[in-house]
Amino acid sequence: MSAPLLEIDNLTVCFGRGAEAVIAARGVSLALSAGETLALVGESGSGKSVTALSIPQLLPYPQASHPTGAIRFEGESLLDASSERLRALRGRAFGMVFQEPMTSLNPLHTIEKQIGETLRIHQGLTASQARARIIELLELVRLPEAGARLGAFPHQLSGGQRQRVMIAMAIANHPRLLIADEPTTALDVTIQAEILELLADLKQRLGMAMLFISHDLNVVRRIADRVVVMQSGELVETGSMTQVFSEPAQPYTQMLLAAEPEGRPAPVRDAPALLETRGLRVWFPHRGGLLKRVTGHLKAVDGVDLSIRPGETVGVVGESGSGKTTLGMALLRLQSARGEILFNGQDIARLGKRALRPLRRELQVVFQDPFGSLSPRLSVGQIIGEGLGVHRVGRDPAERGALAREALAEVGLDPALAERFPHELSGGQRQRVAVARAIVLKPRLVVLDEPTSALDRSVQVQLVELLRTLQSRHGLSYLFISHDLTIVRAMSHSVLVMQAGQVVEAGSAEQIFTAPQAPYTQRLLSAALRTG
Amino acid sequence: MPRLNPINQRRWAQFRANRRGWWSLWLFLVMFTVTLFAEFVANDRPLLVHFDGDWYLPAVVSYPETTFGGDFPTEADYRDPFVAELIEAEGWMLWPPVRYHYDTINYDSESAAPAPPSRQNWLGTDDQGRDVLARLIYGFRISVLFGLALTLASSLIGVAVGAVQGYFGGRVDLFGQRFIEIWAGLPVLYLLIIMAGFVQPSFWWLLGIMLLFSWTQLVGVVRAEFLRVRNFDYVKAARALGVKDRVIMVRHALPNAMVATVTFMPFILTGSITTLTSLDFLGFGLPPGSPSLGELLAQGKANLQAPWLGLTAFFTLAIMLSLLVFIGEAARDAFDPRKTLGGRS
Repeated sequence: MSAPLLEIDNLTVCFGRGAEAVIAARGVSLALSAGETLALVGESGSGKSVTALSIPQLLPYPQASHPTGAIRFEGESLLDASSERLRALRGRAFGMVFQEPMTSLNPLHTIEKQIGETLRIHQGLTASQARARIIELLELVRLPEAGARLGAFPHQLSGGQRQRVMIAMAIANHPRLLIADEPTTALDVTIQAEILELLADLKQRLGMAMLFISHDLNVVRRIADRVVVMQSGELVETGSMTQVFSEPAQPYTQMLLAAEPEGRPAPVRDAPALLETRGLRVWFPHRGGLLKRVTGHLKAVDGVDLSIRPGETVGVVGESGSGKTTLGMALLRLQSARGEILFNGQDIARLGKRALRPLRRELQVVFQDPFGSLSPRLSVGQIIGEGLGVHRVGRDPAERGALAREALAEVGLDPALAERFPHELSGGQRQRVAVARAIVLKPRLVVLDEPTSALDRSVQVQLVELLRTLQSRHGLSYLFISHDLTIVRAMSHSVLVMQAGQVVEAGSAEQIFTAPQAPYTQRLLSAALRTG
Repeated sequence: MPRLNPINQRRWAQFRANRRGWWSLWLFLVMFTVTLFAEFVANDRPLLVHFDGDWYLPAVVSYPETTFGGDFPTEADYRDPFVAELIEAEGWMLWPPVRYHYDTINYDSESAAPAPPSRQNWLGTDDQGRDVLARLIYGFRISVLFGLALTLASSLIGVAVGAVQGYFGGRVDLFGQRFIEIWAGLPVLYLLIIMAGFVQPSFWWLLGIMLLFSWTQLVGVVRAEFLRVRNFDYVKAARALGVKDRVIMVRHALPNAMVATVTFMPFILTGSITTLTSLDFLGFGLPPGSPSLGELLAQGKANLQAPWLGLTAFFTLAIMLSLLVFIGEAARDAFDPRKTLGGRS
């Protein structure tokens, strides 16, 4: 083997000083040869990003420090390089692609100016030379109509297009190493697949090495030659792609690989629908002109008919912006909408606040972000007990406390947690608290708005199990909103596929997953199969 | 500190870590407590009199001169050598450290008013022969109390208005904002001067008039905070539970807005004190004769030959406002999440 392009030797990354110091990565050693793709994989908090960011020294120094270790790039030590030398290397020798394409581009400059900047600094090109090169780069990253897009601002591009611009900036100076930090995580599955393909192709064509950081082993499987698995700041396993996937040595890697939700929901009995919508619409007006007259509408939800039977789970699938969350909020009457919402035969779409209050008990919700959905200043017991107080369930605070502890036990948490505050719990525990808050009122329908997507894979599996158990025990109906097809498959009896506010396909889960009819559904499924 | 949650404990530690703010807080609290009991620090009545075997509390209760064997049924003037002799013949008097009330005129000063600092009048007398130190103590108290009352009242109104605007948004917010913009465009000082022409401004009148214009200061921050919070998942979850709007605002949204409010308050306090001082300086403030720092400043300007007047007022104001700004800075640091929560980016 030739001398490696990049070598990290016993690197430690530390934040803060003295007693309060937090070690984010400890004793990390790895090597990357020219032209190779190395994947750095781990769950959140495993130290993969800080390790990668120490290579171009982009951590917030001096809070961050490296008590031990060395980083050598083509034999040159980076940790004690001067800041001028590092500036010359950044952008020229390393290219970086980040997770959030929205925030990593400057919203106030055109894409020509942003890509041109790095060309001017590192290659000293003139404006006209740069322009030709920029068009060439944009064609290389397959941005459609590259020439016409030079004057575009980031907000005029879609997420996938912005990520292509980021990649164009990263490769502008022929870097020898491309560092990609979760480059596809914020993108929809169909676009994820395209970007992964593009990265693999560019790497081939330009002969770069790539350090690819991801929490998702399945994304990595398509692109990497070798894998490094990290857990809480330490390396747990290194090996070639095939080796790690076929015979993972460490239990942690095995768990990451095995964490796929399995099984199917219990069958439902035929019964009249619990909830039905007819022609449900949520339109947001666009206003323009001097008098702010309505010039058009953004049709977030456009004529959706759905029906949920008692004990049934209806999965709603679609990419971001397809209107699935808006649909859920409209059903809960948290978002004003037109059309009919029949709950138990009663049209609730036009009920006033007061008339709606008793019905709130029957319709509950669990949100995506377990950090944002629990009030940080209330204890777990207070959070769960709040709804009981509103609906006068339980005669006195003591009885409500008992009910709250019962609900905690039911979602598989220690009832003693009632005294704790949300910040003392892990993400999975918080999401269980959110479920307990919903089921303590004994609702009949729960809207689950991406309840699993902020959690690590292994925790997702447990949550799916829990939700299915609760469903069969209490005969709950779920509206399960998710972009994650594997989880929808494991949860749902029937599925709605949404695109741009409309239902493009609806049917039983079996039918949709095995024989999709609409071209959009087919595209979604094949992209998901390729990445996941 | 009992019953502080961990975030507040860290904030408290952060506040204490700002040594300047911490010492300023202590100094200010000492000065405020001392002046709060001004009647026992600077008074023309003794604190305690022992006369003919009985105990008297002239600082609190008013006794006629006849009680001590004098001639008049009016209240005893304890500074009168005649009365003092009467009392001292049969007992003794305990005086406060400064033997002047803010409106006591020192008739036996050796030089003409304004008299320079002397052993009798430590900071001299003003142009009406009143002890400057005594007036300073009472003036400090009235300034701080006025500032506190105005800050508290305008925060209450401002938080309530901002909360309603931010939480409900839409038309309520639109009209509220336009009203505040117009209201803030009114020339406050002129209005105060005009109103001072209609009513004799007392402490409470001034407070009310200034409150009319100072409540808008917090509306913006609180409104912004509520606009942000109302889309949080836990607020949506509470609405899905059927919790009443009023309860959501107080229980879930208000704690978020408190950080901005508490950070802002010391600066509103300094602003209020400065406004009162400038009104007093112009002569549109507290009724004539009241002890006030602004009035002392005006006297200093009118009597440049007596620099102790202007200097005293200047140093008092400078020290008081600097202390408050330092405290405010420390409070701002304490509530800064980047400092409190470890500052990782």
